[in-house]
Amino acid sequence: MNFDLRLPIGIMFSLFGAMLAIFGLASSRDSTVLNININLWWGLVLLAFGALMLVFAWRRRKTPPQQK
Amino acid sequence: MQPIHLAWVDYTILFIYFVFVIAVGWVLKRYMKGSADFFLSGRSMPAWVTGLAFISANLGAQEVIGMAASGAKYGIMTSHFYWVGAIPAMVFLAIFMMPFYYGSKARSVPEYLKLRFDEKTRGFNAISFAVMTVFSSGISMYALARLFEILLGWNFHLSIAISAIVVLVYIFLGGLTSAIYNEVLQFFMIVFGFAPLVFLALKDVGGWGALKEKLIPVATSQGFAPGTWTDSWQHMSSATDNPMGVGWFGMVAGLGFVLSFGYWCTDFLVVQRAMAANSMSAARRTPLIAAVPKMLFPALVILPGMIAIALHVSGGNHFLPLKNGVPDYNMTIPVMLVKYFPSGLLGIGFTALMASFMSGMAGNVTAFNTVWTYDIYQSYLAPGKSDHHYLWMGRWATVGGIILSIGAAYLASAFNNIMDMLQLVFGFVNAPLFATFLLGMFWRRATGHGAFFGLLGGTISAAIFHGLALSEGATAGIKGGWLGQHFTFHSEMGQNFWMAIVAWTSCFGLTILISLATKRNKPDEELKGLVYSLTPKPETAHEPWYKRPVTVGILVLAAAVVLNVIFW
Repeated sequence: MNFDLRLPIGIMFSLFGAMLAIFGLASSRDSTVLNININLWWGLVLLAFGALMLVFAWRRRKTPPQQK
Repeated sequence: MQPIHLAWVDYTILFIYFVFVIAVGWVLKRYMKGSADFFLSGRSMPAWVTGLAFISANLGAQEVIGMAASGAKYGIMTSHFYWVGAIPAMVFLAIFMMPFYYGSKARSVPEYLKLRFDEKTRGFNAISFAVMTVFSSGISMYALARLFEILLGWNFHLSIAISAIVVLVYIFLGGLTSAIYNEVLQFFMIVFGFAPLVFLALKDVGGWGALKEKLIPVATSQGFAPGTWTDSWQHMSSATDNPMGVGWFGMVAGLGFVLSFGYWCTDFLVVQRAMAANSMSAARRTPLIAAVPKMLFPALVILPGMIAIALHVSGGNHFLPLKNGVPDYNMTIPVMLVKYFPSGLLGIGFTALMASFMSGMAGNVTAFNTVWTYDIYQSYLAPGKSDHHYLWMGRWATVGGIILSIGAAYLASAFNNIMDMLQLVFGFVNAPLFATFLLGMFWRRATGHGAFFGLLGGTISAAIFHGLALSEGATAGIKGGWLGQHFTFHSEMGQNFWMAIVAWTSCFGLTILISLATKRNKPDEELKGLVYSLTPKPETAHEPWYKRPVTVGILVLAAAVVLNVIFW
């Protein structure tokens, strides 16, 4: 099957991460819990994870899929 | 409690998640060419995907909510459900049992029973399993609708309709592949949705050291030794020393052996994920890959419960809502999400919760449509039809399964007792099952009659034992004791563990006796690939070490031992 699950995972988490981070920057007072802007920081974590998945998916695309 | 309001950003996150879930099903639609694609994912999944789906199918929302509740109620002893009650069985499945499931090319667990024993053993297992999956999926749906009604003020019927339609659409389109892919998506949602909760709660309580301090009064106020909430083994020499009311033998034999091996090694819901793997090696690695996150999940699901009860007791009993004067433990996770997560992250947290409810339903529905189509429809109702016909049946069995689940959800909302009763009956049927598989796989002399009547006898003895036993303070009836109270346990959990031990032992003994008294119904020829001594061992010497099930299995077990020792 020529479908790499890492692609939708990567897109979805990058999107969520970007949304959270921007939301955290825009409303930093409401996003801060226990002195941490948790939306911003966790958004960046999700963005990093999403980007990593996208890199994996992209690298697989460049190398031809091995035939089984 | 007052329903809270989600902001637009939270609803946007939930909506985007739904779009992705359905899109995955839509993309997979064109790959569904035959019934094997729909029910078995064409046996084409890589090990990391099946491994994460395997653990995700088990990590339903009830598990997340229930384990946090137990973490508050019993403390770190709850980790026995992971380090004793899961890891050893998962390693056993990988090393010893997967070669038969995968190698025999059986398409379902009941079908393995048919190949190994006979038609009636398969029929018994297939029918009880099919009924059970429909009810489990209904209970998931009910729990989701109920929780979102209390927390967010959503309409009960609307929640049922939304979750049913989303699950229906993605399974109807993409079958098991769709369910598996969405389970992987859900795995990451849960991890990334709950990790910040643990982080914030731990920061709030003042770190692990402060948590330990604050848990001392939790234990002493209930009359237990100070360390009871933070030592996993030290207070198990007697059932009266710990809040679970279970001694070490009941725990190890009942949970660690009978219940855990019965679930992980024979429940088609999880085994189906491994069967979808693209090779024998990948199928065997599936439970081992799953074991790694499983081992670490106590930090994600039990720890929040421990923190909640510590904050509850040290903060003057305000943290958790009260129900009849005691904390409502089941609200632990929802309350913490609301308390610690601001809008934005709250959307992620609720989406994770919603996702895990839905994958709990989806897992049951995919197991149901496979067992229905292959083991009931094809075997008894309409044999010899074209593969295309069975693919069509599988799609409509999905619709039927979801309609039945909706029925079960409403049944649960109308008659709570019916659900308790059904779960009790499933408990009777499931408890002895592992004895049948163990003898079937390792003793070639076990016969079809032996298996069937052993299973029946084990089920009946579970029911009789339940009728004779009761836990302290419970009234006779659905909790047991309906035949007169001859055994008393300190807790319902202890009673359940011992019921499992009794059921397993009687099934084991009966199967051996009846097998010896009856003629073998299958010659050695037919048992190749189904019984240990007649099956060539899978060759793994040419694989790198991290792909060898035995090597990885030993490492996983060693890690579980280390965790038990650290939190001794």
